[in-house]
Amino acid sequence: MQISLTVNGEQREHDVEPRLLLVHYIREVLRLTGTNVGCDTSSCGACTVLLDGESVKSCTVLAVQADGTDITTIEGLAPGPDQMHPMQEAFRENHGLQCGYCTPGMVLAAVSLLKEYPSPTEAEVREGLEGNLCRCTGYHNIVKAVLAASRA
Amino acid sequence: MIPAAFDYVRAGSADEAVALLTEHGDDAKLLAGGHSLLPLMKLRLATPSVLIDVGRLRDLSYIRDAGDHIAIGALTRHHDLEHSDLLRQQAPILAHAASQVGDPQVRHRGTLGGTLAHGDPASDLPSVVLALGGSVVARGPGGGEREIAAVDLFTGFLETALGPNELLTEVRVPKVAGQGWSFQKFNRRAQDWAIVGVAAIAGTGVALVNMGSVPLRASGVEAALASGASAGDAAAVADEGTEPPADLNASAEFRRHLARVLVRRALEEAGV
Repeated sequence: MQISLTVNGEQREHDVEPRLLLVHYIREVLRLTGTNVGCDTSSCGACTVLLDGESVKSCTVLAVQADGTDITTIEGLAPGPDQMHPMQEAFRENHGLQCGYCTPGMVLAAVSLLKEYPSPTEAEVREGLEGNLCRCTGYHNIVKAVLAASRA
Repeated sequence: MIPAAFDYVRAGSADEAVALLTEHGDDAKLLAGGHSLLPLMKLRLATPSVLIDVGRLRDLSYIRDAGDHIAIGALTRHHDLEHSDLLRQQAPILAHAASQVGDPQVRHRGTLGGTLAHGDPASDLPSVVLALGGSVVARGPGGGEREIAAVDLFTGFLETALGPNELLTEVRVPKVAGQGWSFQKFNRRAQDWAIVGVAAIAGTGVALVNMGSVPLRASGVEAALASGASAGDAAAVADEGTEPPADLNASAEFRRHLARVLVRRALEEAGV
């Protein structure tokens, strides 16, 4: 089936099989490999991207469901090639990552969270990131980073 | 994990969805948010040959004051339930329980109609709608509609009273502003399914999550309360008539214990 969507500001069109998952479209068709596959069962959040500005788990969305939508992956978050998004900057400043595997999903979930709760409490950040698992258990600095980004 | 191959069609209206269901019969499944169906398809526990996508029927996404009840479009997402001022005022347990489903990403996709039509006994919202004494509207061929009480909706494990060519279009819940309520969800990790859950609305109903093959009304508790039992005495019969599952998370006996404890907490919090 023919799909047409915007990914990181660029219009993309492809003929895809209906069973193709959005995460596989992003990684294997578009070759944007910043979006990771972790659990593949919509638990871990490593595959989180923004769909029309809201966080979703791209392992549980069909590419055909994303037809006509606006997708942002980690590659499309920064405003320019030598710049970082404030959330990325806050993760760097606060050492909000260890191995980095959960980081793209964590950053995008955090961006979506701040859209809904621009000035969250620490508890709201912790609850708001309940859909993203960090196997390094580096949550402390991740929460610090999101709180810092909310004040940036 | 990749689902088995299927044909994908997008319905442009509720009636078109019904026509497509009629055309494709048992081989077809409706796709709304996909957060119950797609995981099953990835595990190949479900292998529909046709998916009818109703996810774009925006006119089925609403929360309205309909006089004596609140009418909620089937495609209203958990995220929208959670943030609805009308629901917070008139049926706060539903707004709150919606905020406890999965995680934000899941709530951005999952829909109320989808979770009710899926009928998973471990899902939160079917039991909340049961406890509220709500109902659903099913649309069939020729535009005919019928209302099904939530108590008659769940007929077996992942089975409902919806006909093979019916589309769930609306969920109706009574206004319970001012009545005490409680939603108890016991799990080990924040985003998990309830190991056991309880929805209670004072003077209206009590229902259980994950205590059998279908979402259940706690009929023993409701009967005890109706005959004047205290919250503690009513909670003691919370597992009466249930056949809880045993799995990695809990034995059936532990679930029975949890039901009694959680019903007591729920009744106390609801001020019953």
